[in-house]
Amino acid sequence: MDAFWIILSGSLVAVSCGLLGCYLILRKMAMVGDAISHAVLPGIVLAFLISGSRNSFVMLIGAGLIGLLTTFLIEFFHRKAKLQSDASIGLTFTWLFAVGVILISAFAGKVDLDQDCVLYGEIAYVPIDLWITGAGQIMGPRAVYISGSVLLIILLFIKFGYKELFLTTFDPAYATSIGISTTLWHYLLMGAVSLTTVASFEVVGAILVVALMVAPPATAYLLTEDFKKMLAYTAVLGIVVAVLGYYLAWFMNASIAGAMSVVAGILFLAALLLSPKEGIITKMLRNRALRNQTQSI
Amino acid sequence: MESFIEFFSFTNPNVRYVTLGCILLSVSSAVVGSFTFLKKRALVGDAVAHSVLPGVCLAFILSGTKNPVYLIIGAFITAWISLLFIDLVTKRSKIKEDTAISITLSVFFGLGIMLLTMIQHSGNASQSGLDSFLFGKAAALIGTDLYVFGGVAFILLFVVGLFFKEFTLIAFDTHFAQVIGLPVKRIEFVLTTLTVLAVVVGIQAVGVVLMAAMLITPPAAARFWTDSLRKMLVIAACLGAFAGLSGAYISYIAPSMPTGPWIVMVISFIAVLSFLLAPQKGILFKWLKQRKIRQTILEENILKAFFLLGEREKNFYQTLGIERILEKRHFPLGALKKTLPILRFQGYLKKVGNEWQLTQAGFHKGQRVVKLHRLWELYLTEYLHIAPDHVHDDAETIEHIISPEIEKQLEKKLNYPTLDPHQSEIPYR
Repeated sequence: MDAFWIILSGSLVAVSCGLLGCYLILRKMAMVGDAISHAVLPGIVLAFLISGSRNSFVMLIGAGLIGLLTTFLIEFFHRKAKLQSDASIGLTFTWLFAVGVILISAFAGKVDLDQDCVLYGEIAYVPIDLWITGAGQIMGPRAVYISGSVLLIILLFIKFGYKELFLTTFDPAYATSIGISTTLWHYLLMGAVSLTTVASFEVVGAILVVALMVAPPATAYLLTEDFKKMLAYTAVLGIVVAVLGYYLAWFMNASIAGAMSVVAGILFLAALLLSPKEGIITKMLRNRALRNQTQSI
Repeated sequence: MESFIEFFSFTNPNVRYVTLGCILLSVSSAVVGSFTFLKKRALVGDAVAHSVLPGVCLAFILSGTKNPVYLIIGAFITAWISLLFIDLVTKRSKIKEDTAISITLSVFFGLGIMLLTMIQHSGNASQSGLDSFLFGKAAALIGTDLYVFGGVAFILLFVVGLFFKEFTLIAFDTHFAQVIGLPVKRIEFVLTTLTVLAVVVGIQAVGVVLMAAMLITPPAAARFWTDSLRKMLVIAACLGAFAGLSGAYISYIAPSMPTGPWIVMVISFIAVLSFLLAPQKGILFKWLKQRKIRQTILEENILKAFFLLGEREKNFYQTLGIERILEKRHFPLGALKKTLPILRFQGYLKKVGNEWQLTQAGFHKGQRVVKLHRLWELYLTEYLHIAPDHVHDDAETIEHIISPEIEKQLEKKLNYPTLDPHQSEIPYR
């Protein structure tokens, strides 16, 4: 039963992250996602200090706001101070992450967060942390409900904002001309990324969230050119990553989150080399076949 | 105060190690980081920092010891593989660089975490301390670490000095470097090796995530103070050293405070201050300059309005109320009311009762702006063959910018014309 809960929560997280990641990589904003995932740390700590508990609404809001602040700071340094964008990203997230670590050290006694958990989470504890209703009924692991609701929010966001997100991603100029605010949708997307990061934080940690956010969409992107298919493939890949990752970790006696990102990496590598249309090896073979053909003529 | 003296007298060997170690690390990564920053590959340093972890773990698994030499060799190998992987993905597939970097850093880091947890679960007693690669252990630096840091810093600075010209060239203009026959690939290899070296060593002091800051932030701050590469390197190194020193000091007076994050805090704070306050490039400076230019334009436009009204009524020294001025040209009322007394103070206007009148100096200034406007309109129609009804807007902006030298050239080139394309007279002094 434990395995089921772990795989379920892992899949829920992987699917939410992957769906948002599709937009991030197409907008060339993968590193912004990376930055947000690190920068929400002070938000989590502060919200934790204020609310006193870990799985609260305050935490999601607090960290979500910090996520938006990160995006804003990156844009501000880039636009107003004319700092090149890669440096702007690197500076902002390391700074906020440092603030987070300092806060953890300063309130070490009061914050039940340790640095390891921050970096790579502990999905193996998911089945222990149960949601028990006031009547004493055990409803199952809390993380499953949290990541489930986040996935629901993300699905609704993509369903109702599909056209807007699609247009602002592929043709911002056209989107603006028909009255869709690219800035608004940019910030909405970043808000969604922050929310997902925070919700996934405990399960997979700050850095591995990035693996789930970027690797499955990039794999799907190598397999198809149709955006709707890319979203679907990403969701399937997310689940595959969660299942295989769990068993790899069990086999190696290692961190599940770490194993999940290794699986995500292997799948990406496979697509990179062998994708029917884009794979490096496939292309090489095709070229060789062509060359032979021309030579024989 | 006591602790201040105790700290800066460096009598405590522990303080000496930590402080010197932090300074050496900050300086060497700031110098190497300057080149990656200028090559716009700042985030590659971040990827390298994350990719070091699996190498360290593999080296430990294979060698069974924590001998720093093996660990550093392992780190070097995976860091290099990660860089080659980023290159392969960006060059041979449609995946963009940012995605390639973030996949590489997260997957390599994931692999590192998997191996690290495997080692931890294996119960091998000698593994403790491997996770200092994750978060750094600046406060626990010891003598031998210092020799390694010192040696690495020396090598880095020496090689940078040796290849200064080549690095400069490939940082700014790779194509040019290629054309003049430099072995660009090999120089890039040297530079990347230096980056990897700085990361592998630095990561033990500040940890995976914050290593990126050591490479990116000091150069980013230094860039705002100078346009010369040499000066930028020196400033970046000094800022890095200062941050290293402050980090060590803070964690000395407050032992629960981690050194690495405080180094990053200090350097980030300096960087943000630089963005805001640096002369020439700072946000505040630019804002003030913009405001000054806007004010000058407003003043000149008011004098121009006086001149044009005078031209129409054939009386340049008539007195005008605010309503009359606004009739001629729209100004924001508040700004107009504020600027009229300023112009009086500068001697361009006189106040007569509730109305305003040009002085001689004001007349000449207004006249010059109108002259420049009309000269420019004529220039655009004569030389660029732009239709006369399209030249006004352009002249509206340029009239405030043209210098006396260009003014003379324009007059000469157009041969002191009397009429502009709209048949208005060009007023000469």
